[in-house]
Amino acid sequence: MVIQPGPVIFNTLHLPEPWKLSTYVSAGGYSALRKILAENIPAETIIAEVKTSALRGRGGAGFPTGLKWSFMPRQFPGDKYIVCNSDEGEPGTFKDRDIMRYNPHALIEGMIIAGYTLGAKAGYNYIHGEIWDIYEGMERAVEEARAAGYLGDNILGSDFSFDLYNHHGYGAYICGEETALLESIEGKKGQPRFKPPFPASFGLYGKPTTINNTETLASIPYIMREGGQKFLELGRPNNGGTKVFSVSGHVEKPGNYEIPMGTPFSELLEMAGGIRGGRQLKAVIPGGSSAPVLPGEIMMDCTMDFDSIAKAGSMLGSGAVIVMDETVCMVRALERLSYFYYEESCGQCTPCREGTGWMYRVVHRIEHGQGRPEDLDLLDRVAGNIAGRTICALGDAAAMPVQGMLKHYRHEFEHHIEHRKCLVQSGAM
Amino acid sequence: MSMLSAESLALIDKEIAKYPADQRQSAVMSALRIAQVEKGWLSTETMDFVAHYLGMQPIAVYEVATFYNMYNIKPVGKHKLCVCTNLPCKLMGADEIADRLKKKLGIEFGETTEDKQFTLVEGECMGACGDAPLLLVNNHRMESFLNEEKIDALLDELKNK
Amino acid sequence: MALNIEIDGQQIEVEPGTTVMDAAHKLGIYIPHFCYHKKLSIAANCRMCLVQVEKAPKPLPACATPVSDGMKVMTRSDYAIQAQKGVMEFLLINHPLDCPICDQGGECQLQDLAVGYGGSRSNYAEPKRVVTEKNLGPLIATDMTRCIHCTRCVRFGQEIAGIMEMGQAFRGEHAEIMPFIDKTIDSELSGNIIDLCPVGALTSKPFRYAARAWELSRRKGVSPHDSLGSNLQIQVKNGRVMRVLPLENEDINECWLSDRDRFSYEGLNSEDRLTKPMIRKDGAWVEADWQEALSYVASRLREIQVRHGADQIGALAAPTQTTEELYLLQKLMRGLGCGNIDHRLRQSDFRLDDKAHGAFWLGMPVAALNKLDRFLIVGSTLRKDHPLLALRLRQAVRHGAGMNLINPVVEDYLCKVANRSIVSPDGMVNALAGLVRALAEAKGERIPTMASGAEVTPEIKAIAESMIGGERKGIFLGNLAQHHPRYAEMQTLAQEAAMLAGATLGVLGDAGNALGAVVAGAIPGRGALGSRGMAGMNAAQMIASPRKAYVLLGAEAEYDCFDPVAALAALKQAEFVVAMSSYKHAAVDYADVLLPIAPFTETSGTFINAEGRVQSFHGAVKPMGETRPAWKVLRVLGNLLNLPGFDQDSSEAVRDEALGQDAQARVQQFLNTRIDPVSVSLASTSKIERIGEVPIYQTDAIVRRAASLQRTADAAPPMAKASGMLLEKLGIQGGGMAIIRQGEVSVVIRIDRDDCLPANCVRLPGAHAVTVSLGPLFGELTVERA
Repeated sequence: MVIQPGPVIFNTLHLPEPWKLSTYVSAGGYSALRKILAENIPAETIIAEVKTSALRGRGGAGFPTGLKWSFMPRQFPGDKYIVCNSDEGEPGTFKDRDIMRYNPHALIEGMIIAGYTLGAKAGYNYIHGEIWDIYEGMERAVEEARAAGYLGDNILGSDFSFDLYNHHGYGAYICGEETALLESIEGKKGQPRFKPPFPASFGLYGKPTTINNTETLASIPYIMREGGQKFLELGRPNNGGTKVFSVSGHVEKPGNYEIPMGTPFSELLEMAGGIRGGRQLKAVIPGGSSAPVLPGEIMMDCTMDFDSIAKAGSMLGSGAVIVMDETVCMVRALERLSYFYYEESCGQCTPCREGTGWMYRVVHRIEHGQGRPEDLDLLDRVAGNIAGRTICALGDAAAMPVQGMLKHYRHEFEHHIEHRKCLVQSGAM
Repeated sequence: MSMLSAESLALIDKEIAKYPADQRQSAVMSALRIAQVEKGWLSTETMDFVAHYLGMQPIAVYEVATFYNMYNIKPVGKHKLCVCTNLPCKLMGADEIADRLKKKLGIEFGETTEDKQFTLVEGECMGACGDAPLLLVNNHRMESFLNEEKIDALLDELKNK
Repeated sequence: MALNIEIDGQQIEVEPGTTVMDAAHKLGIYIPHFCYHKKLSIAANCRMCLVQVEKAPKPLPACATPVSDGMKVMTRSDYAIQAQKGVMEFLLINHPLDCPICDQGGECQLQDLAVGYGGSRSNYAEPKRVVTEKNLGPLIATDMTRCIHCTRCVRFGQEIAGIMEMGQAFRGEHAEIMPFIDKTIDSELSGNIIDLCPVGALTSKPFRYAARAWELSRRKGVSPHDSLGSNLQIQVKNGRVMRVLPLENEDINECWLSDRDRFSYEGLNSEDRLTKPMIRKDGAWVEADWQEALSYVASRLREIQVRHGADQIGALAAPTQTTEELYLLQKLMRGLGCGNIDHRLRQSDFRLDDKAHGAFWLGMPVAALNKLDRFLIVGSTLRKDHPLLALRLRQAVRHGAGMNLINPVVEDYLCKVANRSIVSPDGMVNALAGLVRALAEAKGERIPTMASGAEVTPEIKAIAESMIGGERKGIFLGNLAQHHPRYAEMQTLAQEAAMLAGATLGVLGDAGNALGAVVAGAIPGRGALGSRGMAGMNAAQMIASPRKAYVLLGAEAEYDCFDPVAALAALKQAEFVVAMSSYKHAAVDYADVLLPIAPFTETSGTFINAEGRVQSFHGAVKPMGETRPAWKVLRVLGNLLNLPGFDQDSSEAVRDEALGQDAQARVQQFLNTRIDPVSVSLASTSKIERIGEVPIYQTDAIVRRAASLQRTADAAPPMAKASGMLLEKLGIQGGGMAIIRQGEVSVVIRIDRDDCLPANCVRLPGAHAVTVSLGPLFGELTVERA
């Protein structure tokens, strides 16, 4: 797998043992924290800097980070928490794994700065269950940071105390939803909470809590070291910085690419070696499995930023780009995605618990030659009855792939129903 | 007499220490993971023990054990192989990998070989799609960029373990 | 600042924090829902209450959406209805739609709402989900395929019952509401989840397939099983009580019932019911008609009175009888010139009889319990004795109240206990004395003489510190204290402690109408409402000095007395015993006449609960067989004995005579827990003491015959328990058999180790077939290995 280094996230990658504390420090790591603590920089200043950077949440929703931080009741007496969402399980997304593997201290420094800014005394980093070696690596990195005095009481001799702990998930996509993640840290099943109240007022253990994605927090040291303006200029207005795009599927060189926001998709595809075996691009899911699919030709006109992809009718999401070539049967692709949401629905609220299974079964029937003419309208209707009716966004995430596929590839589904077989004859899948 | 070994309890205690003193329940996921590593799976007795150890109601532990899919709430073979078949892996040939495993082991997804050596399960996204196709051995070891040769070598290695 | 909102075109002003659901409710607008319940936390999981909110990008759940100023809500717009119908479709796709064979049919929220929001045919053509049944025990039947996952039952356990017994295991479509593997639901409040379940997933097991909801007529009733007096909805078919549900009363039982109140009705339909008067003739029991039986009773009582003196008659009444019955009984006895009447059958210390200034009561309204800041419970198996009072106290603790205990046993109170002093039953006196001393010291006041020599343990000191803080506080004496031979000293000290702490002293009350019995004058020396009454023997004296004749009203002496062995002996030696009872019981061995009287569902009457609330009720069904309401029986008996004043033509007339027209006000005036102190001894015993509580399902004759309750975990035969220290000293293995002796009598019983018990105690509950051959509930005993 390829990793394309960049200035913000993969800035130690060119060095030997890039994950080590000493390597990180040699690349300027922890200097931002030192400066903040030495100069006692006020929280408002840090939040202003983050706002300047136009950093938007890298977990999928793209919410402006500085704005999110400003919601935190920093003066609230008592415990507050900063939580990192490293529960990366959206099919197609695998950037946070490599951030934690190759640059864990960028995340740790980012969390400490966030803790300082938000008045948190502790942070939890929730790590996806299936990447055990990454969890172990993060445990080592946290130990390293603690031993070096970056964590614990009176960090670097200041009066700021903060500690950081890794929490290991154990197999539930829904815990990537931030309130499900909080429930999970509390030792419960990961069922999302109804909002309001929002985590900023009632979060972990009922205390004010800010939750950010791994990549978001790992971008903070750069912003504080180099300045928000510089970060912003790496990308484009309203879409600051570089961003790690995870490219998977039918490309020659799958991998993580740290590139400026707003880079044309065509360039990214080229970086990834183009479509494997010289085949034709058919479709792209541009932002992780829940983003609606876009036909290749639409995608080739897009740039990789929140606004451009949204305009094309999909979502940049977590920046997970699933590339599909001409051999792909969209019915089969949707069958698998629908199964995923059916399997991962937490079961809490009615539309998602009941509707995801319904959608999967209908798509499964169509794929297996049992489709009925009325099925496509039914799918549209069921998806419509799930979307926007659930406690969390998983309902939308389950509905959007169905709606996206039916929007762009309805004819493939109709063919399946009518002829009880696949339109894509040479299908690799 | 304790249900779990002193080593396991020490590991659990280390996890408990990560959370506020009145939030022992926060360690339940780790405690179940540690118990499962020791016992192979989570029996009623083991879950009861964990509940007692953390001051939880047993049903609350059971909720957790049945919600997260890496816990084995039924006995599994010595080596649990969990193959991701989600879309990015599927695009890269996960179905062929799964078929090879099924054929070589003579079992379907969700089954255990008669000699109790292998259990095969279908997994969901493991957050490593760039390395597709891939599988997990007993939850904690990831095998990436799978192909037929790698599968054969892996099975040979595990059989001799 | 009030918020103005508009719902379906109607304006309303509400407080901030109000939800759309609450606001709609105030306007009388019904929003369909399943998971929402006013007493439970908000889950917002069923999505049935989705409504349209102006400017909101998607429909919002009314139950969880706080109103904001100027909000415009449409609950019946096409947009809202479409969302609601969408949810209903999802709820029904996997539902079995087996209404014709479902016990919930006719009272099912899903069924009702499906009529309005469901389609006439299903678009779901895939296989339906089937969920395996769970065995929740003898009280709750399951059909989990019908479950809609509203989690009301789960939240009830977590938030109200205090113990999470049900959970939602697995996830997604595979999610199942269930207890832990192979566990049953054992909470004493479990039946409430039947009411909470909006579908037919959880239904009443005893009621299963017994009747359809629409065949039942509904009557109001009041429960006699504990001092709360829960309000009941008694459901009746063909003159038989088929089911009991809570009748909502926010001041008493809210919308809950204890399992005891809910399922005891099975005892009403027991095979054991006595349905005809019976007379023992030449050693054999023969059925008689009422005329004959009552004439016989009258003549025998008159004969004893004439031959031995009225003082040779004793009347023992169960404290679960109605106030009217108890009033007429004391009137009858006193009319005969006999002052020997008592209902305090399990009490053993009567020193307060001439120290009291009124009827002992809770000291505050029931509804004040959940608003306490600090409280102390002395001598109580609280959850089992007072399931719903315990619930209220748990709510207080949830809101931050400090709970303190002086108790001989450790119960799982299912909430945080701030401080506890676990001492032997006898040791409760010293502990309370210590508390008085600690409170006086903490306040810098002179230590009262009664407590001057008391030891202040660290636990007691902590309790004193806790009780000094807070605004609203109470000290409550429980059943273990009330039945103890040194109760008078405990109440004396508790009164002193309450005064020092600025707390209210209350007595929890050991039976459903214990307060009513005092009000009715069914105690020696006092008539109705504390008026002067003929003096006589108390319950213990009537047993200690056996009488020639006994009149029993609802009492089963072998279960209901402090010392069942002595009670039985006294009855057996008597020349004449008349037992007014709803059941054939051991009285067949010692009685001469059995008169079938109506249990509480078959008569009108009045119960007065621990807060002094006068609750009158009508009969729910006709008396079974030739059973007659006891007030009528006593009235006729009074006439046959030519006593004056037995002409009442209704129970209401009896009540009015006893309590006056303004019964509630008069009772209120009579409530008073203040006593003149008795002298307190700080000497402690070195003997092994018995801790003899009355188990939850052995409290009274009806409960003891409620078949399903008798199959619960709480009804398991009692065994002895003692601390490891004591067992070691006695050379007994925990789990082994022991011979336990009290005076002349003994039982052989399994003894288990319980290190939570005080050192020199054996916990061995009474009032059970296994233990009634033993002596008093409290006092000295010896243990040896069997």
